Amino acid sequence: MDMASTPPLLSVRGLRIEFGTDQGPARAVDDLSFDLDAGEVLGIVGESGSGKSVTALSIMGLLPTPPGRVTAGEILFEGEDLLRKSRNDMRKLRGNEISMIFQEPMTSLNPVFTIGDQLTEAVRWHERVSMATARDRAIEMLGKVGIPSPERRLADYPHQLSGGMRQRVMIAMALSCSPKLLLADEPTTALDVTIQAQILDLLRALQEEFRMAVIIITHNLGVVAEFADRVLVMYAGRTVEQASVEGVFDRPSHPYTEGLLASIPDLEADVLRLTAIPGTLPNPHELPPGCRFQPRCGYAREECTAASPPLLAVSPDHFAACIRHNGYRLDGAAAAMAVPGAR
Amino acid sequence: MGRYIVARLIQSIPVLILVSVMSFGIMKLVPGDPAILIGGPTATPAELDVIRANLGLDRPFHIQMWKFYVGLVQGDLGNSLLLGKPVLEATIERVPVSLSIALYSMVLTLGFGIACGVVAALNRNGWVDQGAMIFALLGVSIPNFWLGLMFIILFSVHLGWLPTGGYVPWQESIGGWFATATMPAVSLALLQIGLLARITRSTMLEVLRQDYIRTARAKGLPEFVVIGKHAFKNVMIPVITVIGIIFSVLLSGSLVIESVFSVPGVGSLLGSAVLRRDYPMIQGGLLLVAWSLLMLNILVDVLYAYFDPRVRYDHGR
Repeated sequence: MDMASTPPLLSVRGLRIEFGTDQGPARAVDDLSFDLDAGEVLGIVGESGSGKSVTALSIMGLLPTPPGRVTAGEILFEGEDLLRKSRNDMRKLRGNEISMIFQEPMTSLNPVFTIGDQLTEAVRWHERVSMATARDRAIEMLGKVGIPSPERRLADYPHQLSGGMRQRVMIAMALSCSPKLLLADEPTTALDVTIQAQILDLLRALQEEFRMAVIIITHNLGVVAEFADRVLVMYAGRTVEQASVEGVFDRPSHPYTEGLLASIPDLEADVLRLTAIPGTLPNPHELPPGCRFQPRCGYAREECTAASPPLLAVSPDHFAACIRHNGYRLDGAAAAMAVPGAR
Repeated sequence: MGRYIVARLIQSIPVLILVSVMSFGIMKLVPGDPAILIGGPTATPAELDVIRANLGLDRPFHIQMWKFYVGLVQGDLGNSLLLGKPVLEATIERVPVSLSIALYSMVLTLGFGIACGVVAALNRNGWVDQGAMIFALLGVSIPNFWLGLMFIILFSVHLGWLPTGGYVPWQESIGGWFATATMPAVSLALLQIGLLARITRSTMLEVLRQDYIRTARAKGLPEFVVIGKHAFKNVMIPVITVIGIIFSVLLSGSLVIESVFSVPGVGSLLGSAVLRRDYPMIQGGLLLVAWSLLMLNILVDVLYAYFDPRVRYDHGR
């Protein structure tokens, strides 16, 4: 892909999201930057509380405000800052140009309306088509997501479908206006393992068919390996590593990424216990000095507490926020400082 | 659905029997003799005996009860001792009075109660919310008979806008009906508005936190569709149950209000029957009230199934 000539579809620049709490504002996301090209799949990885979902909600303009608030940065979609758009302009974008699917298929559908009703809504509001056209689209979409005899399913209520079926309906709903960007927030986490694989296969097939860009948010590196082109690893609201999938799996360059990879269960390995990263995510009100991962890091030295490490280029197109790659120096010529969001 | 309704109707029969036994038993247990009330203070013991014999009150308890049930299956609830006409006729004559006031009150309750609750929830912790909840608290706290008296003092005595009491059927004059029914309906409704507003508010706040509301917003639906369609139908599920209870209270709880405003309704009919030991009237009246409340309950359950597809009574998948 020619990076210089085509501007990215989505460009997040220096995003900062704070949550008002009794102990003052807590930063859920701090100085987050990344780009996403049309048709590209980006995996955002991190443990619960690292700021992944909040980032997706802020792109959708659905951040619960209060308590959440974007306090800095911009989110450029096709060159326009979504944070400056009016409520109504954002509404017209949601479900139309940008769609989202959520973690909980069991509760994400409205229990008191039929599948058909919920499926046709977005199309009818965004494209102002007739009920019959919207119905045809709904049947077509249900067919695409692999739901058998879609005409009959339209009259069903969500409680008549299994979890996997409901997630398929959610996907059909999200894609019914052919969005350019799909945000998938842990789309398989709540499902059975066998269903997880089916849903991932389905998402990948639809991504190729619709040629849409996808941000897949997960704590599961396996999901990323199957689906994503590039990976962004988040820790405590910051990017710690950003690279191609191959880069991350072959040469993990941040100790946190290493820890995540080591904690993937390996069926062939002759070990009885899973490797875990010691410790827990820091409290956003009591962030450790310097690198936020340093209290849990096996490579940590005194230098790591001095200042927050910038994203450094480990190799072209591979960035890690770890000063170990720079001889434990914050500055210097050994590694070029990465421009936020650059590849 | 049809089978469900029939089953519910059959289930209501034991309840009605229980109500009649209880009303029969309790009235026999409390002291007082209708013969004395009918004969007056000057009646001799011999005259009282004649009155009792005429009314069948000299028969043993179980015979009286047997006669009552025999009449009941024939659709005869007996004759009122004091009014001298059939209980059914006397009650049915007054049903439109009580029912029209209860319905008027219900419309006010639904309109203001749900609106207050929704508006309060959407402006959570803002001044509209605070105001609506203070109003709701006042509604719940003020006894309705006192409120009725205050209304009479203000609107009838001082301002002279509305008559102090009485009742004009709407068939005769719509304006007259409004003039006489408004104060009783409003005093009845105020408590229920407060109750309904509080329940609607808390339910709405609960529903707005649900994932499917986020989904509706993620689809890019305008906010009035998110609230008016996706949230509202879910809010109505618990609220419909409360509405059933409220309507039964409005129907049966109008005894005091009917007295305050001298409205000739079922409540005041039963009230005076109790005071004057009019056994057939009490038994028949209670039975009719109990029956109408049972019907109301069935109606609520049917409505419930309409709002919540997970509750469909006949077929399951």
